[in-house]
Amino acid sequence: MHPAPSVIVFTVLSGLGFGFLTYLNLGLILPQGLGGFLAFAIGYAFAIGGLIASTFHLGHPERAIRAFTQWRTSWLSREGWAAVLALLATAPVALGAMGGARPGLLGLIAALLCLATIGCTSMIYAQLKTVPRWNHWTTPALFFAFALTGGAILSDLAVLSAVLSLGLTALLAVAFAQGERRFAEAGASLASATGLGAIGQVRVFEQAHTAGNYLLREMIHVVGRKHARKLQTIALIATVLPAAILLLLPGGLVTVLLALAAHLTGAFAARWLFFAQAEHVVGTYYGKR
Amino acid sequence: MTQLPATTAKKLGLVIDLDTCVGCQACVTACKGWNDQGYGVPLSDQSPYGSDPSGTFLNRVHSYEVQPEAGPAQIVNFPRSCLHCEDAPCVTVCPTGASYKRAEDGIVLVNEDACIGCGLCAWACPYGARELDAAAGVMKKCTLCVDRIYNENLPEEDREPACVRTCPTGARHFGDFADPTSHVSRLAAERGGFDLMPEMATKPTNKYLPPRKKAAPDEASLLAPLLDVQATGFAGWLDRVLGKI
Repeated sequence: MHPAPSVIVFTVLSGLGFGFLTYLNLGLILPQGLGGFLAFAIGYAFAIGGLIASTFHLGHPERAIRAFTQWRTSWLSREGWAAVLALLATAPVALGAMGGARPGLLGLIAALLCLATIGCTSMIYAQLKTVPRWNHWTTPALFFAFALTGGAILSDLAVLSAVLSLGLTALLAVAFAQGERRFAEAGASLASATGLGAIGQVRVFEQAHTAGNYLLREMIHVVGRKHARKLQTIALIATVLPAAILLLLPGGLVTVLLALAAHLTGAFAARWLFFAQAEHVVGTYYGKR
Repeated sequence: MTQLPATTAKKLGLVIDLDTCVGCQACVTACKGWNDQGYGVPLSDQSPYGSDPSGTFLNRVHSYEVQPEAGPAQIVNFPRSCLHCEDAPCVTVCPTGASYKRAEDGIVLVNEDACIGCGLCAWACPYGARELDAAAGVMKKCTLCVDRIYNENLPEEDREPACVRTCPTGARHFGDFADPTSHVSRLAAERGGFDLMPEMATKPTNKYLPPRKKAAPDEASLLAPLLDVQATGFAGWLDRVLGKI
């Protein structure tokens, strides 16, 4: 799949934002006054910044409001609702926190809505049978793990961040390993795509067109996979690094920022690969993956 | 509405005969020609006369080589377009309701005025049937020529999809699969019509007919009709007399 920068930025940043807001809404950290305002503002900035970035790849962003209508069947529509509701429900919690109030029941509801948003985002990808690498439990698991780990680092919860970073890295390694097998497991092949497998071995004799097209650019994008092995290593190292930084270095803003930088490096590398390595079954018609 | 209808009164679709398709690309051209001026925005081309031309098409014809265990390989030309699936995954993923499947005839369509061009429907389709138009920013797909098949301004013989109407070898057939006596239903039943990528559980309406079994080439020499010379006149009389001795 084509690794569109807007979608990578959207999923990483809004995931981080909603992850952080989850901790704030649950009252796991209780910044007050100006600190509280800043904390919630950072959460909102990441969440909304990501959502705005997601509209950049639309053909008609001015019609985006229509995306709220089909929540009955569409995970993309549900994500829109969950995001708006989560951001609305967080507002009174944020106002309360600035005044020194604990989040309470409303905070719990807002936190659940933040988690629902992350879940809906992940299901946009995990629901697609046509992309076997995404159509797996590791997709929602990874989206939650990235959001909650990033949120914990921003919350300056050193021990929890370290534990989550280790878990995230392990999960990422599992996802990388099983991703290689998913296409074969899904059963898609040129034989089933053409239905000619019963006759014999099928191969592409002549392409349907000599020029490029939307399918080749969007779904059979192979350029991004060039450095897949190196990027996997970078992602695995960068996601586990915050654990070492937070446990070994003395606490403070610089340490948190270092850990966050490492985490985001890993998140962006992993999310790039999430798209670039994902093979769409339509590629079989072109003899490609 | 992106909820799929439980059943559709008609199941309009195509039968594509892989035995008779010669890969002439006439259906590709006819489709592009008709849909450039009919339903929705035109199918745009980018840099059509430049060094890197590209464009939106609703129908593509591939060519495959199939190598059986014994005997020579065969070439199969393979038109690929929207299959108007009963369980169309492209419809349910649409966030705006622009994609829908019609309850009356099962045609899967895009309301281009409501399409935000997010491309998720194209991701959900296993068959590459949807292409986002680079100029208009909306999703384009086969309409089964919905603006031809019910169009009373056209002569009756033209009220079928442009690809079917133009096919010079009769490799494409249009009809109602909900009617078991329709010619498409009978063709699919008689010739073993099959679904593409059944593992994707999309329940396609369109059916493909497999290539017929060909005689082995060593049994039927290409020169056979020329070698079977029948003697006539004096030579024929001589042949008969000598044959009786």
